[in-house]
Amino acid sequence: MEGNLSQTTLTAGHTAGTDERLDLRGITKRFPGVVANADVSLAIRPGEIHALLGENGAGKSTLVKIIYGILQPDEGEVRWNGTPMIIPNPHAARALGIGMVFQHFSLFEAMTVLENVAIGLDSPEKPSKLAERIRGVSAAYGLPLDPLRDVHTLSVGERQRIEIVRCLLLEPKLLIMDEPTSVLTPQEVGRLFETLRKLAAEGCSILYISHKLAEIKALCDRATILRGGRVVGGCDPKVETASSMASLMLGAQIKPLARRATTALGPSRLVVGGLDLPADTPHGIGLRGISLDVRAGEILGIAGVAGNGQNELFLALSGERTVETPGTIMIDNTRVGHLGAERRRALGLCAVPEERNGHAAVPEFSLVDNAVLSGHRREKLLAGGLIRAGRALDFATRIIKSFDVRTPGPGAAASSLSGGNLQKFIVGREILQKPGVLVVSQPTWGVDAGAASAIHAALLSLTSEGSAIVVISQDLDELLAISDRIAVINVGVLSAARPTASVSLEELGLLMGGMHEADVAKAASPEREMADAP
Amino acid sequence: MNLSILVPLLVSVITAATPLLLAATGELVVERAGVLNLGVEGMMLVGAICAFAAMFITGSPILAMLAGAAAGAVLSALFGVLVLTLASNQVATGLALTLFGLGLSALMGANFVGHPIVPLAKLAIPGLSSLPVIGPLLFSHDALVYLSVLMTGAVGWFLNHTRGGLILRGVGESDTSAHSIGHDVIRIRYYAVLFGGAMAGLGGAYLSLAYTPMWVEGMTAGRGWIALALVVFAAWRPWRVLAGAYLFGGVTVLQLYAQGSGFVLVPTQFLTMLPYLATIVVLTLMSSGSVRSRLAAPACLGKPFRPVS
Repeated sequence: MEGNLSQTTLTAGHTAGTDERLDLRGITKRFPGVVANADVSLAIRPGEIHALLGENGAGKSTLVKIIYGILQPDEGEVRWNGTPMIIPNPHAARALGIGMVFQHFSLFEAMTVLENVAIGLDSPEKPSKLAERIRGVSAAYGLPLDPLRDVHTLSVGERQRIEIVRCLLLEPKLLIMDEPTSVLTPQEVGRLFETLRKLAAEGCSILYISHKLAEIKALCDRATILRGGRVVGGCDPKVETASSMASLMLGAQIKPLARRATTALGPSRLVVGGLDLPADTPHGIGLRGISLDVRAGEILGIAGVAGNGQNELFLALSGERTVETPGTIMIDNTRVGHLGAERRRALGLCAVPEERNGHAAVPEFSLVDNAVLSGHRREKLLAGGLIRAGRALDFATRIIKSFDVRTPGPGAAASSLSGGNLQKFIVGREILQKPGVLVVSQPTWGVDAGAASAIHAALLSLTSEGSAIVVISQDLDELLAISDRIAVINVGVLSAARPTASVSLEELGLLMGGMHEADVAKAASPEREMADAP
Repeated sequence: MNLSILVPLLVSVITAATPLLLAATGELVVERAGVLNLGVEGMMLVGAICAFAAMFITGSPILAMLAGAAAGAVLSALFGVLVLTLASNQVATGLALTLFGLGLSALMGANFVGHPIVPLAKLAIPGLSSLPVIGPLLFSHDALVYLSVLMTGAVGWFLNHTRGGLILRGVGESDTSAHSIGHDVIRIRYYAVLFGGAMAGLGGAYLSLAYTPMWVEGMTAGRGWIALALVVFAAWRPWRVLAGAYLFGGVTVLQLYAQGSGFVLVPTQFLTMLPYLATIVVLTLMSSGSVRSRLAAPACLGKPFRPVS
């Protein structure tokens, strides 16, 4: 594979300036203690959709920031249309015709679409003329967008369109898309791909960053695979199989999750009936009539596009927000709707929030202190208001050992751990407390594949001990892999849960996109409906 | 009430409102860029004494006004270094700046207490100033009164109709987004902080050059805090700051007139308390996330920004 790629670069060298639009040669970027990019070479032709494939931490973001002028390489050369270039800042990159759509959008919530576009342009333009151009571009590329809407009223998919339109107005020669589909419904992904193909057909090069193999196979002409900051291979994703690209990306064959045979489920451990919770902020989502039922030994997955009430649902289940009617939430037949997180924890409900730093863990605190914060009651770490230091240290050490948390020791600050390791620690902290009910939000967000499969395995083994688990996630693959049933949350309303085995990706996508269950049922085949019926 | 009483009354409302308007307009720009500078009172005091000293020594009103603005800007630059470059806590640093300004101005002013200066001249505008009623009311003021209104208009226009204003608002709304697009967040915030400092300094200069042309220790008497409160109550809109400043000026003047006529609406102590009460109310409001978003506060207000690349 390495041979393949160096050959590609060599060809580019011979035909310098004629057919490569962007040509990176031997790019190296070091940060204190880590080499983010080591001798990376990459060439992109006009009109090509080129995939940059790699795990979290493989060096994709660093490389892209170098191309977009946010970072400067320590070694190596960037060639643009054959000419060696130094791109000192994003302004310079845009002037060359490089546009970028960020993974975490660079938008301004309280401003209009028009203002959001204008602030990203390098030369001032009359608002009325700009609005006209926005309408023109959005019509031409099938990206409907009203320039006068406020951004905070828009869905995630619409927000991404702003970013794309902002780039398209510059008539880019190279468009960089950083993990563009992580927050989109399958239907929105389809629409985005059409836009990208159209752009490529017009001669725009696209650098498409992702770790989703299926998307890359569907969209890209060539792929460059990064691992640990190095190029480990280049391939034609249309020819390659997903698993061969995955093994290149991961470096080793990841063993697929052994789906356990569905064992007999126990009694209901978490029951929610008709839960209503008003939004607590103007831009928040209110929960309406949420009902769910999770039985011992079962994992219920909750899918949905980000910002559809997942956070609110998590807070309502964990007890960080309470309701006045105790009976709407029951843990092992105890009414807990009015009880706060601490009391629910005592009754056996542990929770892992999405945000690691600042919600699940205090970044400045040591791992021991962080272990005490959530585990003090169930692990009996307190005596008469004092911390039993020995027991606390022992608990933290057990978490580190059983979940393979890579850290200098239990005294290390939570913020010193990498995302994946901290996540393992936090999930481990709750699992070791042997909760009757575990609520987990985004258990593997931003975590590398190794840590993710360890977390998944831990969740599955917890169910075999009779716990009930709710997993809230935007990663459909994850939910399909580990949950027994899946429900979809959309604008604060939760659909009925369906057995994972009988639900299709298309149905989930329609539900996530806000289609009603009746419509989805109509769209699904009648046989499927029959199969679903108990 | 006939016109011969009403016109001087309204004129004194305008003069009472001007220092508030100057300082609040400056602070509005600072806060729209996402920085909370609680040191307005301190910068006003240092502006007041420097302007007064320049006037006393040189006798030039232009130099005096420049000295006031420059002194405020220098103090705000100190704030900028701490808060922007060193990313210190904005609330604590701002409070410290006020205390520092209080002490520094008292020290600098020790030799100037009790000296008289020539107050800022009223600029008559040919033609307009001789109009009945409107002339004395609107067109017979000193330069800083005109400047305060002009600056409010200019700031409103700058924020809403220029690219620079758009970027400044963007920086206050989402510093990380502005950074990733390629705008220099720290530099833009420095400009805003310096502008706010200069305007606060001018507000102070107005007090010692025109409102009461002399130097008295602590002569701002809490006006810096009122200016801060005005920005929040005006929901960060320049024209509402103008209305708020004039409303507050009116209240102050009415109170003085009522006292003079022996008719006391509210004990004066309450009026003296007002700046601090208003500050407490404002800081309480600002610490509530839901109130902040309802008032459409700049989303990054008060949050330090550390560029990560």
